[in-house]
Amino acid sequence: MSTQLLAAGPGFEAPGPGDFEFPPLFGEGTFFTKPMLIVVIGTIVIAAFFYAAARNPRLVPGKLQFAGESAYGLVRNSIVIDSIGTKYGKKFVPYIVTLFFFILALNISGIIPVLQFPASSKIAIPAFLAIISWIIYNWVGISRQGFVGYFKAMMFPPGVPWPIYFLLAPLELFSTFIIRPFTLALRLAMNMFAGHLVLLLCILGGEYMLTEGTGALPFLSPIGFLGGIILTFFEGFIQILQAYVFALLSALYIAGAMEAEH
Amino acid sequence: MDGSLNMVGYGLAAIGPGVGIGLIFAAYISGVARQPEARGTLQGIAILGFALAEALAIIGIGLAFAL
Repeated sequence: MSTQLLAAGPGFEAPGPGDFEFPPLFGEGTFFTKPMLIVVIGTIVIAAFFYAAARNPRLVPGKLQFAGESAYGLVRNSIVIDSIGTKYGKKFVPYIVTLFFFILALNISGIIPVLQFPASSKIAIPAFLAIISWIIYNWVGISRQGFVGYFKAMMFPPGVPWPIYFLLAPLELFSTFIIRPFTLALRLAMNMFAGHLVLLLCILGGEYMLTEGTGALPFLSPIGFLGGIILTFFEGFIQILQAYVFALLSALYIAGAMEAEH
Repeated sequence: MDGSLNMVGYGLAAIGPGVGIGLIFAAYISGVARQPEARGTLQGIAILGFALAEALAIIGIGLAFAL
């Protein structure tokens, strides 16, 4: 077959989910793997950046303070204030800003040399963040509308003929409690997973064609490398977008739990 | 090449969300073109719709690797 001839010779091992498993860094049986190292490094870098930017505030900001302020202000204005509103949104600015920059650091490590692995493609990290968001928006809904009021507003939105509620109420319950956190976590993890896999495929495929290919294959390998370079830039864009989407959806869920009728 | 049939299935399954995302952003663009001051409101709604449509494709690739 032509696919056999071009892409997958007998020696080529296509990258798969196995490339996302890492051995422990320090000896056998310990739990500290490369994704955990990336989490630690990302946390330290983000914390150091914001600490350095806010350590010595001046009325006329310097370069570093300006960078920190614009990064903070961007998330604050375009995500939190726009979706929740000025009055109630201020309380959630620290959480959403932390969420955005933590996810951004973990995502962007996928295209940083040496690290080269998006730690958020491990499902545990997005799942944990999604659980925190889930607890916060349910807590906000229950504390602002009361336990009965929250469930009533969620399952029985007004303005619908009553027979529809037999269908709508279970769907809304299912959607709010299971679908939302599930898709929130799975979207981030699978976007990073698929992007990293595509990059691996381009680079490893180009390398295999160059070193082991026969006939015309070595001359086709620049296509693989070129695809890898272009997709790296595309990945950078996707990684920023996914951090934005995660933070925005968390803010929108909080905003939805806050109002009595949506 | 094992798992290739899964990927063919995933490619077919991604057509639907692809069309949906295209429609969502087409509506967003024409909305902003008609009323540029509504951009902030529309952006949130557009990203929300995009994320919901994309979730289908994402579940698809998750299942393509899991099953």
